[in-house]
Amino acid sequence: MSALGRLQRRLAEPPPGPFRPDFWRSPLRGPWLTSLLGTLLAPAIVLIALTGLISHDAYHPELRGNATIDPAHDIGVLLQFPTSGPSWIYALTQGIHVTVGLITIPLLLAKLWSVIPKLFQWPAVRSVANAIERLSLLLLVGGALFEFATGVLNIQYDYAWHFNFVTAHYWGAWVFFAAFAVHVCVKMPVVVRCYRERGVLKPLRDDLLHTRPEPAEPGGLAPTAPAAPTLSRRGLLGLVGGASLTILVLNIGESVGGPLRRLALLAPRGRVFGTGPNDFQINRTVASAEITRELIAADWRLSVRAGTRTVSLSRKQLMALPQSTHELTIGCVEGWSTTQHWTGVRLSDLADLVGAPPGATVAVESVQPAGLYRSATLSSEQASDERSLLALCVNGVDLSPDHGYPARIIAPGVPGVHCTKWVGSMRFEAA
Amino acid sequence: MIGHFKRRYGANPLHLIAHLIGFAIAAYAIVQLLDQRRWVNWLAWFLAAALLHDLVLLPAYSILDRVGHALSRRLHVRLPGGGPHDPAQVPLVNHIRAPALISGLLLLIYFPLILGPGGPAYFSATGHHPSGYLRNWLLITLALFAVSAVIYAARVRRARVRATRSGRRSSPA
Repeated sequence: MSALGRLQRRLAEPPPGPFRPDFWRSPLRGPWLTSLLGTLLAPAIVLIALTGLISHDAYHPELRGNATIDPAHDIGVLLQFPTSGPSWIYALTQGIHVTVGLITIPLLLAKLWSVIPKLFQWPAVRSVANAIERLSLLLLVGGALFEFATGVLNIQYDYAWHFNFVTAHYWGAWVFFAAFAVHVCVKMPVVVRCYRERGVLKPLRDDLLHTRPEPAEPGGLAPTAPAAPTLSRRGLLGLVGGASLTILVLNIGESVGGPLRRLALLAPRGRVFGTGPNDFQINRTVASAEITRELIAADWRLSVRAGTRTVSLSRKQLMALPQSTHELTIGCVEGWSTTQHWTGVRLSDLADLVGAPPGATVAVESVQPAGLYRSATLSSEQASDERSLLALCVNGVDLSPDHGYPARIIAPGVPGVHCTKWVGSMRFEAA
Repeated sequence: MIGHFKRRYGANPLHLIAHLIGFAIAAYAIVQLLDQRRWVNWLAWFLAAALLHDLVLLPAYSILDRVGHALSRRLHVRLPGGGPHDPAQVPLVNHIRAPALISGLLLLIYFPLILGPGGPAYFSATGHHPSGYLRNWLLITLALFAVSAVIYAARVRRARVRATRSGRRSSPA
């Protein structure tokens, strides 16, 4: 036999270990199980993607200075974030994004566990179609794990990377979602066939004694040499559900507050720091924003401008203007939120004061010397909403320096970091 | 024509079309990322995410599962009669597996707060140090194992009662 022939024979034989089909012994693995896990996972992924895009839109990247993703290169998606909704609308959509993201992790890991033999298929490439599909699976699995890992680390302030999180998480999501959509299309017939053959939920009726492996097919997911089961299929699903439920209970309190906050034992923002009027979650302290005492001292002035007209106001003068109080929510992109009673001057009153044109947008800038999100532009709907305030007080007392003293923006449905703190200037501009 | 394509390509033409559309969108997004500074770091994270899961995390928890399984077979309470697959036997394995898996998952998700690498950034955002997370995780782990143990004890008791009853019935008077 020629050397080439021997080599060919060698390559046809899978190397020992995970490349051999009898290496994978779990009696639960099989196309039906993977189909069910995929069917449960897909709607969660869609929900996470949609709420992610909604958040992207809620930042109003079309307004000057707001975009992190260059709008000229962005993939336009027609998702209109409701602007006149309840004040907690952004807290809701972003709470869903983060919470559903977290509770989907057990399901994602179970799904990946169920298909691991495919990674070690032999021969490594069966056809052109197989090669193309495997490339798309690299984007799918890499994309999924990248998105989940960066999201999970970001909400815990563990910036272990050097890239810009927003850009990487946003474009990474497009890579993931493109591969995901293809995967759903390509695998749909397999899922339908499995459900036809075995029923959608019927295998879940089997207890441990009646748990039998799915029939093995060459190159398939079902094991050729199954071990005795130690867990039923419904037991596996229960385990995944139990894990998701545990994460839900331990995290949801940072988003909904109330008594659930006591259960948010692992949530990054689950804790209660005190009972005072300013004892609610802070995002970026006065120290980390490098706001010195001089910047917010008694000689602080707010400059409000529209066109060529500029008015300069001291805190005393602002307090003398008509005050409104609203119950408004800070919703953070990290998924936590907090609702407080804010008192201050309506943005629309400030617009009138300088004779801004109707429907003007407002660019708000902090006295913060440098850093991300030191300024943001609010849309005309946000600026003209009668609940949108330049807040001076919270829960009946002056804002604390960490919450933006002397004055901060608070407006319904605006992502937390766009509720600029330590405001120094506001410029109204025709939309 | 389509038959010829299928033989050469290995799947339906729609398979190719779907992938080409998907690749086009993904490629566009990747180009946007490659435009950023630090794209090498992004690429490393993307590939490491897949490799670490498939070649480290999954094998690691599979081995731990085996260890746990072997351990549970030693510890599990043997009831009179029947081998380990007798329905009267209550296997311990899932009563270790479930709390261990959930606790491990919590550690996997919340390790930056539990073990503290995100500490300085957490402090500058919130004004507080991320303390208490390790204690909370340990307490939750303890609670999970305790609940699981109580359920196991209840199941063994029930099986014992059942075994005694059927034993009485089958023994000659």
